[in-house]
Amino acid sequence: MRSVVIKPEYHAWRTAARQLLGQGLAPQEVLWTDDPQEASLFAEPEPEPASATAPAVKVPTAFLDLARRAAAHTDPQRWALLYRLLWRLTLGGERHLLSLATDPEVRQLQDWNKSIGRDIHKMHAFVRFRKVGVDAATHREQFVAWFEPDFRIVRLAAPFFEKRFAGMDWSILTPYECAHWDGQQLHFTPGVPRSQAPDGDVLDDLWRTYYKNIFNPARVKINAMQSEMPKKYWKNLPEAPLIADLIAESAGRVQSMLDTPERPALPAPHNAYLQSLRARDQPPPPPPGEGTGSGLESSEGRTAS
Amino acid sequence: MDVARKLEILADAAKYDASCASSGAARKDSRGSAGVGSTGGAGICHSYTPDGRCVSLLKVLMTNACLYDCHYCINRRSSNVARARFTPAEVVQLTLDFYKRNYIEGLFLSSGIIRSADHTMELVIEVARLLREEHHFRGYIHLKTIPEASPSLIALAGRYADRISINVELPSQQSLDTLAPEKNLARTEIAMEHIREKIDERYAEKRPPGAPKPPPFATGQSTQMLVGADASTDASILGCANKLYTAHRLRRVYYSAFSPIPQPSSLLPLKAPPLIREHRLYQADWLLRFYDFKVEEIANPSAPHLDLALDPKLSWALRNRESFPIDVNQAPRERLLRIPGLGVRNVERILSARRFTRLRLTDLVRLRLQMKKLLPFILTDDHHPAKLGLDSDSLRARFLPPPQQLELTFDSPPTPGPSDFLSVRSGEL
Repeated sequence: MRSVVIKPEYHAWRTAARQLLGQGLAPQEVLWTDDPQEASLFAEPEPEPASATAPAVKVPTAFLDLARRAAAHTDPQRWALLYRLLWRLTLGGERHLLSLATDPEVRQLQDWNKSIGRDIHKMHAFVRFRKVGVDAATHREQFVAWFEPDFRIVRLAAPFFEKRFAGMDWSILTPYECAHWDGQQLHFTPGVPRSQAPDGDVLDDLWRTYYKNIFNPARVKINAMQSEMPKKYWKNLPEAPLIADLIAESAGRVQSMLDTPERPALPAPHNAYLQSLRARDQPPPPPPGEGTGSGLESSEGRTAS
Repeated sequence: MDVARKLEILADAAKYDASCASSGAARKDSRGSAGVGSTGGAGICHSYTPDGRCVSLLKVLMTNACLYDCHYCINRRSSNVARARFTPAEVVQLTLDFYKRNYIEGLFLSSGIIRSADHTMELVIEVARLLREEHHFRGYIHLKTIPEASPSLIALAGRYADRISINVELPSQQSLDTLAPEKNLARTEIAMEHIREKIDERYAEKRPPGAPKPPPFATGQSTQMLVGADASTDASILGCANKLYTAHRLRRVYYSAFSPIPQPSSLLPLKAPPLIREHRLYQADWLLRFYDFKVEEIANPSAPHLDLALDPKLSWALRNRESFPIDVNQAPRERLLRIPGLGVRNVERILSARRFTRLRLTDLVRLRLQMKKLLPFILTDDHHPAKLGLDSDSLRARFLPPPQQLELTFDSPPTPGPSDFLSVRSGEL
């Protein structure tokens, strides 16, 4: 049995896996363990992608993408399963393996990818930038956000923010790793406690005004909201404190709509544009033997009311 | 009036438009510019309100003053709702401020019609122009257009926007004549046709040699239909949607169940339709777009309404028992797509897996399919539905929601929710 202790990230696994595969070590002969010294993750530069001692192995690029994402998961079994899949795809001769969504190990890989994909997507959605100032030299606006992802996804999620917010300086702080953009390049630093992040933003009140008024009290669907925006995110969303009251008031608001007396239609005002519309609506004289239809097939045939 | 008060009125006025899509735009981003914004990926829902709808765009009206008198609309001229009007600069500032905080990923701008169609379009376009040209904004912009506006203004709107839309609102001119007397379906279709030509021109695969590339244009158009405000049947609504998808290649048709509004009109029905009807229409819409169903298979003159108790695919399968069982190891793609409980993605998984293996029930369980729904309709080496012994009636009963349990307790009655109130006006329970 070979024991491999790696820093918990994709490049470390890939380097080790290449070497083990080169030595022909079967999956059951390897014991994978996360290095508990997580701090070293930030102290060392990323290893070279291709190690000189390991032979080149051909695997589908789709697998590398799936493996990179699965590596961000926290399940301690991920390294061993990734190596088993790598083995099966190469020395095991199952080149078509990824086509088998019915295979339990492929399925597990896809499940991890789904969780990671969802975590990244929620980070893209629920990060809230707070303006902290304007750089005196560059005149660029500066923003800071706090987010608590479920998995180690900061590096996977950061390029999106670079593309979207290239014109401003920003930092996204999380408990285990922080991402920063200064207009030139992305860089990463160790995690910080929440107290390092600003609490609110001067725009939050206006945003809450919008949130409150775009809500339709006549169609409350709380489960639909919570399945997409689970409560665990609420503590970092400035609009979330409104939710309880909006729900509590909705029945009364609908009742008052129903209690409002119905309003009759008022006569059309004297307006040149409305008159021109009515003139366009006048039906042309019907050709003999044809009525004016209605519905999608009809042309301009419609009587002015 | 300050911007916050305007935002209250003009967001409230915009909430009845169901469109929220922010995907499907051409790929662009802010790298190398002084601005912000990116589009082209999957749409992002930045928040959800307790009505279950997502907030992805700042959805507001330029003004809610309106010359038209559409009776289902809170902003019609006969309503006495509070009125407000944004300046283009105010909408631009709100959009940028919200965007930079990652509250939203774009702007959905519509407007009541004031003075004339062209005047209104010019106001809306000015916001988009300022965002794109003065602020280098590369986020998503959806502009509502007015069919009667000049083609040159619609072209300009399309140049700045990622998505443009015109709401048909109701599926026939007859319905519009009663509830929205200023609206004209034929003119709407002419405008959609014109927009489609612009889109085709811009994204044509091949151009004549030497021909210049046409100016940028939105990648798609969409529309909305109101459900339950008049007597239109599901067959007529889906027929209209299908025509718009095929004739004008709309990206999306949104269905919006009419819901009570403040300032109700005397021409409106007393009772709102059940929200499940809207849901069934969306399911049917999916069958039309992704499952190769024909409208007549889902709803037709002899059965004009969708079954509210069962989803339309299952409903079709129960009416067409002779098409089943379907062999998951043999059937072609188009037949697999007809199996209730089997979605497009799992059909692809089955097709790709069965090139290498024969699928058994345990394989389907591993795909986490809805086995209870699937079993009566499929065949595998180790399963034939005949052994379930289900005739048509018991099969339908198998899928109906369980009857509500009547509980006798001495507790206080449950607190009524909004849906209980919807029936109050008509005295129905």
